[in-house]
Amino acid sequence: MASIPTQVRKSLERHGLSDEQLKTIFRTMLLQRQLDNRGFQLNRQGKVPFALGSEGHEALQAGAAMAFARGKDILAPYYRDLGLSIGIGLTPYEIMLSIFARAADHNGGRQFPNHYSSKRAGLMSFSSILAAHIPHAVGAAYALKYRKESGRAVLVTFGDGTTSEGEWHESMNFAAVHKLPIVFLCENNLWAISTPLSLQMGQPNIYKRAEGYGMPGEQFDGFDPLATYDAVSRGMERARNGGGPTLLEGVCYRFLAHSTDDNDMTYRTREDVAERRKDDPVPRFENLLVESGVMTSEQVAAMKQDVLHETNEATDKAEAMPFPTADDLYKHVYEGAWEPWQ
Amino acid sequence: MAVATSSSQVLNNVEAVRATLYEALKNDDKVLILGEDVGNRGNVFLITKDFVKEFGTERIIDTPIAEASIVGIAVGMAMEGLRPIAEIQFADFIYPSFNQIVGEAAKTRYRSNGEYTCPMVIRTPYGGGVRGALSHSVSVEALFYHVPGLKIVVPSFPADVKGLLNAAIDDPDPVLFLEHKKTYRLIKGEVPDGHYVIPIGKADVKKEGSQLTVVSYGLYVHWALEAANQLESEGMSVEVIDLRSVRPMDRTAILQSVRKTRKLLIIHEDNKFGGIGAEISAMVAEEALFDLDAPIRRLAAPDVPAMGYAMPLEEAYMSSPAKMADAMREMVKF
Repeated sequence: MASIPTQVRKSLERHGLSDEQLKTIFRTMLLQRQLDNRGFQLNRQGKVPFALGSEGHEALQAGAAMAFARGKDILAPYYRDLGLSIGIGLTPYEIMLSIFARAADHNGGRQFPNHYSSKRAGLMSFSSILAAHIPHAVGAAYALKYRKESGRAVLVTFGDGTTSEGEWHESMNFAAVHKLPIVFLCENNLWAISTPLSLQMGQPNIYKRAEGYGMPGEQFDGFDPLATYDAVSRGMERARNGGGPTLLEGVCYRFLAHSTDDNDMTYRTREDVAERRKDDPVPRFENLLVESGVMTSEQVAAMKQDVLHETNEATDKAEAMPFPTADDLYKHVYEGAWEPWQ
Repeated sequence: MAVATSSSQVLNNVEAVRATLYEALKNDDKVLILGEDVGNRGNVFLITKDFVKEFGTERIIDTPIAEASIVGIAVGMAMEGLRPIAEIQFADFIYPSFNQIVGEAAKTRYRSNGEYTCPMVIRTPYGGGVRGALSHSVSVEALFYHVPGLKIVVPSFPADVKGLLNAAIDDPDPVLFLEHKKTYRLIKGEVPDGHYVIPIGKADVKKEGSQLTVVSYGLYVHWALEAANQLESEGMSVEVIDLRSVRPMDRTAILQSVRKTRKLLIIHEDNKFGGIGAEISAMVAEEALFDLDAPIRRLAAPDVPAMGYAMPLEEAYMSSPAKMADAMREMVKF
């Protein structure tokens, strides 16, 4: 079993963040959970065929998003990064367009939910093939370095499962050889669908692999958004200033099944999940903000209402949008018109 | 015999690739080359010899031996605005990068609804007849030509190499550029000076004829021409089409020729089952069956995993101008 560095903080460590920034992080966490749950609800209502959950990753993603420089940095995420994606600028409406697979979705309704792409936000397109996006992130980082665009860096994210793929290794190695401006952020939720960490790797501390590649590595509590912000912002700063790559490992947990098509009770127990729920990062951060006087209970309640309202609005607006048409199937195969043999 | 003129020079295929890459690097600093041994070694066939001295290690990148990420990193570079030319040292080593080519490069534009694109070239030497054994002699085109979103170029003449490589580098989509190893130094030809482009997806009639259409690509175009010339001396007229690109494929050129000669022979070095010839046969059967005077025939390698290292195993796998001439005679006389 991996060592889990979780510990409930007694006092607020701001790491230079203002009250407004702390509230932004908290709101991103609330919004992620609300939108995440909405996907599952819509699936259970029979309105969408599939949804992917990210519950348990809120602190990690909202904290990392706060370390991302909008308009400068590049994000190469994976499919569990709903919170990170809204944290860097995607809107709830864009999330719901993806969930409903509508024509106005960035991908035109072609990809599964949570497979975002947005040039505006600096979010690179990716597929469902694990680790395939890691060399893309490294290539983008190479482009930044090649063009001498200092002050910019790439943040690439992945789960623990992805670290078993060959392309993960190849990418870490290449980034270290060329001292590329990139942060490798592992969202270690301890499960690769049904396969526990103990069956994925002999050395359960993923961050320790960094030494083998010749880059710094660090592990932090992924249930703590401020510890996450601290680690990711230091890594991104190092990358932006020519210091090369960093491997970061935030330990969190996947509270839901892998997706709406998975039944996690076939490989873990309710007790296992309940045990980790005691540390649920969302109420934990809420308590910290209230106890430290950053927010009042009333302000928290109002924010939750606001987030629910925003989610409802985004849901209704996206649902009302049209699907892509059959003609759209033939678009964007190549640049220009494509007339296949048929 | 090719002769240099005031506006052209005679190059072999290695020199044509090299000259074209050099010009691309000169003209556009977004172009860079990455692959195994492309820098200090200058590529195993010396195609990029001394490039690193002129363009530097940032543009001529000696990569670790890791084919999946050679292509994958190039995909990321392309998504971020560069024009990478990734090299796979031998086509036989391309398999680890299969997902990056098929699942990623070919689908980037499509999956993002046109928001992200992947303008890149993957160059790789392929093909047999060079005592390359199991793992230095394969043809890989059929493994990739099934894939929409990808373009595949297989030139056989130096002038086509230059025009098509220029087109591939300029192309807004990923292009797999296959170079037949045996033609590298064997085939010489006149190559026009200056920048020019041959459109990807256009075949070329290398020899006109009236009694049989032969469709081929790569090394076998040269052997097919040799065989066709032999038949001409015997009083038979064979048309030889060099596909040059296998995706997109020039359907119009094939049908036009077949409707004229009314007979079709497809020749390729790759094995027959599921090969390029299968698609052409099906297309012609669908479009022009009643224009045909003979059954379509495919002359291709036997359905075995590879040619062997031992000479008899290679010879048994490879075709020859003589075997091609035999097949052509039978078709003409049918």
